[in-house]
Order: sequence, then structure tokens, then C-alpha cells
Amino acid sequence: MAAVEPTRPKAPLIYNPQACSIAYQVLLCAAIVFLAWSAIHNAAENLARAKIASGFGFWDNTAGFDISQTLIQYATTSSYGRAFWVGLINTLLVAALGIVLATILGFLIGIARLSKNWLLSRMASFYVETIRNIPLLLQLLFWYNAVLKALPGIRESLAIPGGGFLNNRGLFLPQPIFESGSGIALVALAAGIAASIAYAVWAKRRQMATGRQAPVLWVGLGLMVVMPLAVLALSGFPVTFNYPEAGRFNIRGGIEILPEFMALLFGLSIYTAAFIAEVVRAGITSVVKGQTEAAYSLGLRPGATLRLVVIPQAMRVIIPPLTSQYLNITKNSTLAVAIGYPDLVQIFAGTVLNQTGQAVEVIVITMAVYLTISLVTSGLMNLYNRRISLVER
Amino acid sequence: MKSFVVRAVLAGALAIAASAASAQTLNTIKQRGVLNCGSNGTLAGFGLPDSQGRWTGLDVDFCKALAAAIFNDVTKVKFVPLNTKDRFTALQSGEVDVLARNTTWTSSRDTSLGLNFSVVNYFDGQGFMVRKSLKLNSALELGDAAVCVQQGTTTELNLADYFRANKMKLKTVTFATATEALKAYDAGRCDAYTTDASGLAGERLRLAQIDDHIILPEIISKEPLGPAVRHGDDQWFDIVKWTHYAMVNAEELGITQANVDDQKKSDNPDIKRLLGTEGKHGEGLGLSDDWAYRIIKQVGNYGEAFERNVGQGSTLKIARGLNALWNKGGLQFAPSVR
Repeated sequence: MAAVEPTRPKAPLIYNPQACSIAYQVLLCAAIVFLAWSAIHNAAENLARAKIASGFGFWDNTAGFDISQTLIQYATTSSYGRAFWVGLINTLLVAALGIVLATILGFLIGIARLSKNWLLSRMASFYVETIRNIPLLLQLLFWYNAVLKALPGIRESLAIPGGGFLNNRGLFLPQPIFESGSGIALVALAAGIAASIAYAVWAKRRQMATGRQAPVLWVGLGLMVVMPLAVLALSGFPVTFNYPEAGRFNIRGGIEILPEFMALLFGLSIYTAAFIAEVVRAGITSVVKGQTEAAYSLGLRPGATLRLVVIPQAMRVIIPPLTSQYLNITKNSTLAVAIGYPDLVQIFAGTVLNQTGQAVEVIVITMAVYLTISLVTSGLMNLYNRRISLVER
Repeated sequence: MKSFVVRAVLAGALAIAASAASAQTLNTIKQRGVLNCGSNGTLAGFGLPDSQGRWTGLDVDFCKALAAAIFNDVTKVKFVPLNTKDRFTALQSGEVDVLARNTTWTSSRDTSLGLNFSVVNYFDGQGFMVRKSLKLNSALELGDAAVCVQQGTTTELNLADYFRANKMKLKTVTFATATEALKAYDAGRCDAYTTDASGLAGERLRLAQIDDHIILPEIISKEPLGPAVRHGDDQWFDIVKWTHYAMVNAEELGITQANVDDQKKSDNPDIKRLLGTEGKHGEGLGLSDDWAYRIIKQVGNYGEAFERNVGQGSTLKIARGLNALWNKGGLQFAPSVR
């Protein structure tokens, strides 16, 4: 073999495409590293020259300000670090609830837009075209001011049956306090959930094997709701409620849901639902009509056809753009700052930044947090997408 | 590909070079031909553009005075409206040359934020506004109340301190802008609205029913409001300080916008030094010797600016109080020009 190899004159390395491409890539990487390093170095030098404090020492300093919604223990004497966690949890809360609400609403409207019912489909179209085309910030301001203006003042609170109040300071609900002895009800609840899952699995297997259906919903409800309640009643109902009551200015006690939170949650869900509805509609129309016709000819009803034949296939088209919408909800929640909801941006990139003056550090942390949330969300959705994607045989 | 790398490296080097040269604020302003002034934009009496886009206010007049001293032209100011939480970043990054935006002088702002506070052009304190229908006489009766406040302010911190010190429960509702906070208070979201007393006087005029609201008598904090500059440029720091002192000295010496030309002929050595007819007192600042004359001719003395913007000549009708001259029972005191 070696004998046949022609003796070529050795070309200079610069004409070797492989060597050149490696060299270019190394050069590019070096340039990027250099740029990043010089940007950091330059920023640090400028901060030092202007004698602006830098570093992350501020994290443990006393915050000194009050926050209207804190799901974890927080007082004005807590640290900036604690305020960061309060803001992060508030952001995650509104994003998670927004994702759930927008998904439910979006699916309903997306399906309604394809409905054969003229009125229903026109109303869905109207919803999508209106909501999609008005800037979210305006909608949030509208919801916030609508909530504030429409609800009665503190002294004319609407009483909700069962001991709650609704006014322009928020929604106040009785807070259940589980006393000793209520643990057994929680055990019953856990057992009920486990039993319903087991029952559902068994029912599905049986249906696969024999075609017989089982009342999964009713059995599940019985196991998860009726059984724990029955256990609770048998053990003498060891749960008391902390009822909200009118104080001198505000309502004291109970669970308080801020109007800022409600406005942000409604605004985000309603806005994003319009986009999700379009994603769902696109997904459903991507399933060829033959599938529906085949299902009908097998005797399936329209509801069952949609649920068992069309949507599972449509999900493959729906999931990737749906992920983007979920990311949008999280990112759009930063508009909370306009209506006074204490999210991460308002607390941390707002008040903390202003008080410490450490813009670079605070903004870098905030960006890293949103990046992490988004990457985790899309990671989970990609995992789900892989599970439901078409299995090629 | 190769040319891209070269360009990227060049751009990087340029960025480093460009950001390193910014110590000479006065020269930069002169080259640019306009002073960038960080302003309020929504607060009557301090900084507010009218329907024709003309800016008015005590802080606005301060920036006009700076422009008069530098350019002999009060129109060479660009007012950059800033909200409370972005204002320091804008000054730190060089987007504005001076921050004259009713900003409270505190130790941390003066040190770790990299700023220098120079003079106090308005001595203020924090107060509360409530609805008359609540029948309150004192801020100490506000326990358990919901209070609307603007974020990124000393107000936000004083509020928490005051309620903590007096062992009262507090519900704070925080907004990014004063406008939003006031609107929420007006809509009944909060029992009280708090900001500096001067701000309360201005904000009250923007409510739907002015007479339904009162300002409680307590002043819960010291709020010395004044212009701020960046660390590291002593000459510019001096110019900002002496612009205010020139206006206070002019009031003390009885020099007004109307009589400044006559006063130029005065034999009083204090007046001669201030107006630049004797000695060379502009040189040290890097300005012409008639710098103070330009200020008084085009903007007026401190008392005139006060009365025009927040005092009897304005809708706010705030009394001089702490802001009277030192020899009239107030705190405004200026070192002499000599």
C-alpha cells in the first residue's frame, strides 16, 4: 500500500483546510475570552476608581424596608439576602400559578375556536385577536385599576359566605389551623392519593385488556376528598379557622391575597392564554382530517375523538411552542413592578439595587436567576416532549 | 472570519479606552455643548415639564444656573427624567453630569454609592397624607394602616423605621413611580401616602378631591435634599457647590435678577467679588470671573428661585421655614466668595 502513495510536495499548513479551521476557532475563543475578561476587569477598575462599593458583601446587610407579600419569614430587620428569597418565591408563585391558569384557559379557547358552534368559535376568535394585540403592560394596568376601582372600600367590604371578605385591599379568607390530631387526616389524604393512582393504573390495564371502563373520577374523588374528611370528622374535627376580622384600618388575620397579585395573575394568564389558544389550534389542525374520520367511523363520539385521537397527536406539535409561552409568562412577570407586586425585580433589582448602589452585581444575579428558571422550565418541557414524541418503529 | 476577529479585538480595545477617560466633567460638558441634568420629571415645584415641554422647578433652576455659569446660556441643559430607583445608576454610569432630583443626602449614598453630595438646596422632612374621613390627628394613630410609598427612597426606609420604633404594625404597598403610588392611594388601596413634606404639598394637588385629604403634623425624618455628583472630579464638585452658594450669597447681599446690573456698580467689596468686578474668583473653578453674575442675571438668587417654584409665587405656597437664610432663622448659609 505504502508503495502506491504518491509523493506530494508538502503544502504549507495555511492551505490545510482542517488546520485553518482549528486555528480560526482557537483565535475566536481566545478573542471572546479576552473580551469577557477585559469587560470584567474594566468594570472592576471603573468601580474602584469611582470608589463605588463592589463585591457581594451587601448580601448579609440589613434591608430595612417592608415587603407587602412574604411567604417566608421576613421583617424589616432581615438581610438583603432574605429579601432576595422573598422576591424569588413571589416570582415563582405568580409564574407557576400563571402557567397552570393560562394552560387551562388556552386549551379551552383554542378548542372553542375550532368548534362548529358559530357563536362559540367567533367569541374565541374575538378573545384571541383582542387580547393578543394589546400590550401586556396596558392590560396589567387596566386589570389593576379595574380591580381597585370595581371593588368596594375597606369599610364596605363584601362578606363572602364562610367568613371571608373582599375589598380593594385584597381577598381575605379564613386560614385553617391544623391542631394536634389532624395528622391522621393528612395520612388519610396521602393514602387516598396513593390508592386513587393505583386504581387508575389498574382501571387502565383492565380497559386495555377487556375494554371495560371503570368510574375512575368518582372513585378518585371519594378516596381523596370524602375519605380524609370522614377521618377528620371521626377524630372530632381538630381543625380551627383563623377568621379575618375588621381591624381599625385593615382586615386582620386569615389568608390575605393582595389585589396586586390578583391583577398580575389575571393579566398574565389571560394574555398568555390567547397565545396558547393559537398554539393549540395550530396543533389540532395539524392532525390530518382522516384521523377524525377514522375515529368517527369506529363509532367514537366527538368528545372522545378529540380526547383520545386528536389531542395526543396534536401535543407533539403543541409542546415546543407551548414551552416558549411558559418562558414568556415567567419573564413577563417582571412587569409586576408597574403595579406594585413585590416580585424579584421589584424587590431585588429595584429597592436593593437602589439602596446598595451595586448595579452590576445585582443585575448579574437577577439575570442569572431568570436564566436558571427558564432553563429548568424548558428542560422539563423537553423531557416531556421526548416522552410523547412519535415513537418510530 | 479573520477580519471579524480583528474587528472584535479592536472594538474591545476601543471600549476599554473610551470608558477610561471621564474624569474631566467640565471639559466633557463644554465639548458636548450641553449639560445633562438628572431631573425628577413628575414633581411640581422641583422638576416638571409643562404642556409646552418647558421644565420648571427648584432643581430645574439649579441646573439652569449651572448652564448659565458654564455657557452663559440657560437653554443649554438637557433634562433627563429619572425615577427614584434608577437615578444613582444613571449618575454613576455618566449618563447625567449632575443629579438634581430632590435627593436625600445620606451617608451610604455619599460613600459606597460613589457619589458626592455637596449642598442642600432644600431642607425637608417626611410626612403623611391621609383622608379627612379617617379623623386622624397624629401619625402615631396609623398603627395597622396600609401606606403607599415609592420604592428606592429614604422614605421607604424611614417609614419602616418609624413604625418599628413606635411598635405599630405596617402594611407597605410599594410602587416604582410616585404617580402610581399616588394613584393607588387615591383609589383607596392605602390609608396613607407618605413622601417628603414638600412632595406631599405638590402631590396633594394632583388628587381627585383635594379637600378630602390632610397632611398630618408629624415630620418623621430629616431629609436634606441636594444635588449630587460622581466621586473623583473635584473641580466639577466645586462648581456644583459654588453655584448654590452664589445664589444664597446673592440673596443675602440683596442682589436680585432685576437689580444685578445696578449692583455691578456697587462699592460693597462682597458684591464686587461675587459679581466678578474685583478679583479673579472664577479661575479656580475653571469658569469666567462673572460666573455668579451670569447665574443671578439669568436665574436669580436662591430666594427668587424658591418663591417662584415652591413658595408664594407657586401653587404650592410653602413657607421658607428651614430654608430661610441663616440670619432670618433658617438653615441656608453660604461661605463667602473671597
